[in-house]
Amino acid sequence: MNPTFSESTLSNINRLLSRYPADKRKSALLPLLHMAQAEFGGYLSPETMDYVAQLLTLRPIEVYEVASFYTMFHKQPTGKYVLEVCRTGPCALNGAESIIDYITRKIGVTINEISSDGLFTVKEVECLASCGTAPMMQLGERYIENLTEQKIDDIIDRLKHGERLDIEPNPENSILFRSCQGQSNG
Amino acid sequence: MVKLLLDGIEDPSIRYLNGYRAHGGYQSIEKAITMSPLDIVEEVKKSGLRGRGGAGFSTGMKWSFLDRKSDKPRYLVCNADESEPGTFKDRYLMEKIPHRLIEGMIVSSYALGVRHAFIYVRGELIWVAKHLEHAVGEAYSAGYLGNHILGSNFSLDLTIHVGAGAYICGEESALLESLEGKRGYPRIKPPFPAVSGLYGCPTVINNVESIAAVPWIVTHGGDAYSKIGVDKSTGTKLISASGHINRPGVYEIELGLPVEEFIYSESYCGGIKNGRALKAVIAGGSSVPILPAELILKTASGQPRLMTYESLNDGGFTSGTMLGSGGFIVMDDTTCIVRNTWNLARFYHHESCGQCSPCREGTGWMEKILHRIEHGHGTQADIDLLVDVSKKIEGNTICALGDAAAWPVASAVRHFRHEFEFHVRHPDQVTAPNHVANAAAYKYEEITHAKNND
Ligand SMILES: Cc1cc2nc3c(=O)[nH]c(=O)nc-3n(C[C@H](O)[C@H](O)[C@H](O)COP(=O)(O)O)c2cc1C
Ligand code: FES
Repeated sequence: MNPTFSESTLSNINRLLSRYPADKRKSALLPLLHMAQAEFGGYLSPETMDYVAQLLTLRPIEVYEVASFYTMFHKQPTGKYVLEVCRTGPCALNGAESIIDYITRKIGVTINEISSDGLFTVKEVECLASCGTAPMMQLGERYIENLTEQKIDDIIDRLKHGERLDIEPNPENSILFRSCQGQSNG
Repeated sequence: MVKLLLDGIEDPSIRYLNGYRAHGGYQSIEKAITMSPLDIVEEVKKSGLRGRGGAGFSTGMKWSFLDRKSDKPRYLVCNADESEPGTFKDRYLMEKIPHRLIEGMIVSSYALGVRHAFIYVRGELIWVAKHLEHAVGEAYSAGYLGNHILGSNFSLDLTIHVGAGAYICGEESALLESLEGKRGYPRIKPPFPAVSGLYGCPTVINNVESIAAVPWIVTHGGDAYSKIGVDKSTGTKLISASGHINRPGVYEIELGLPVEEFIYSESYCGGIKNGRALKAVIAGGSSVPILPAELILKTASGQPRLMTYESLNDGGFTSGTMLGSGGFIVMDDTTCIVRNTWNLARFYHHESCGQCSPCREGTGWMEKILHRIEHGHGTQADIDLLVDVSKKIEGNTICALGDAAAWPVASAVRHFRHEFEFHVRHPDQVTAPNHVANAAAYKYEEITHAKNND
């Protein structure tokens, strides 16, 4: 099936495009790919990328080369929840290695694998500008900081039971990311 | 304690327009529109403000290079890509006081004759971008953005843009490429952005913290700002403190604070965690040279080291380092320097954009060699090879990522060579629990040291 954005996303995209000079629509590519990833299954399939290219009147290669450059764009399907744990220097000083080990053992996956229930993928990522609250990870739009084994247990159990995590409400007027919201917050 | 950037941060309502205005917010715009744009540039020059993104280049000078004769539109782009390991100050400021950055964007745009400005936020900080967007909406409604700001002839649109995960996009020309919807490949300079930047138009790029300092300078004058701090390190600086300390977090310091006070005072880092001893510090984000405890507390000539551009650089790279982005990473005596250096080398290898062979290949080599040494498979020649590769990267790349990758490795070997030697000579011990202490105490032959430390 060919991907098609919902009416409301399409109107958001029009507003998004109005924020760049009229002849510089390509500038909206990154935000648009974020929206596409959120709306079409959490990753960018070739069909999705072709669709985005068509929306911005770009050649498909212009979209592929960008999608493959940036780490936030997934080129393969992932679990419903992607736990992106920081592994860089300052986090490593405060136990990132053992926390990553704990998370993967708890879920029973290796890095980048999808858990057998389809719920989780664990990824290692580089510094997320959260080094003062290490170790930490990103879960969808949220940062979860000062990780402990207990905190991990709690989060994973709640996600398994389909519970929402307590998150700070985000301002609602945002158009850039509205379509990203549902995906990660459980 | 002087607070300019974080003034009012203890009040959660400062995140929103009314709260921000209650703390005197947006006054600088009223003053600015009665001044000539070039007078504002003069004030910023007088203030001595230096770019807070890492390089420390004079903001006023950068502004005066902007090509004002061109008939193309001019752009102001704020660098909120903050990805340098150890650095989390811009995020903190934008999250807590988004309007201070927006006010800075407005007065700076007025001074530069800009009609459309951008804030490029790293993609992972999506909720921060949302707060900014909300704040931008508030600023439009209040007449601080849009057409005829506060009834003047000055009009400005401000776009919040998000990246998608790539350290290299913090490099200013890569950031522009990315903002144009392309891969973040740094451009060959010249031409500099001041002449040909975003969409080939004259562009100024500044860090979040640099721009957030401008409202205070406009309101109180450049002279007042220049009286804060010492020498050519004027004003205040946000320091992101992390690692083995009791009180990690973001601190606004007056430049000139002694490093020792910053580490041990209860007002700042609060000393080393668990009562352990200080081993080393990376003072300005992961790219700057690591220094052992004795050299971070005092310069080679025995002077107390201060948190200033000059004092941290005292001794050059032989015995000094850089203030950089202010990412202050503290390591206690349980830290294996080899492992930490391998970790950072892996980061730079992962983040190299791949355009220049010395960086693309060299960072991979450094990661591989460090991995070998750390895991007990290294040889004596590997240590020299490591330094050799780092020298071949440094200065041989389009952008400064190559230097940023080379310096941490070269400085770790320079100051902690004995730990590398220990790993190489005692491969059977590299996983032993006490190997860090043994490596730190390791004595190696002077002759090897002299030969390799040229
Ligand atoms: C690899 C690399 C990464 C960088 N990352 C950042 C960054 O995340 N934020 C930033 O403000 N500057 C970063 N810089 C510095 C910018 O290129 C540029 O100098 C800075 O944004 C200019 O602003 P300033 O003069 O206000 O400091 C980086 C530079 C390099 C070489
Ligand atoms: S090192 Fe993990 S957030 Fe910076």
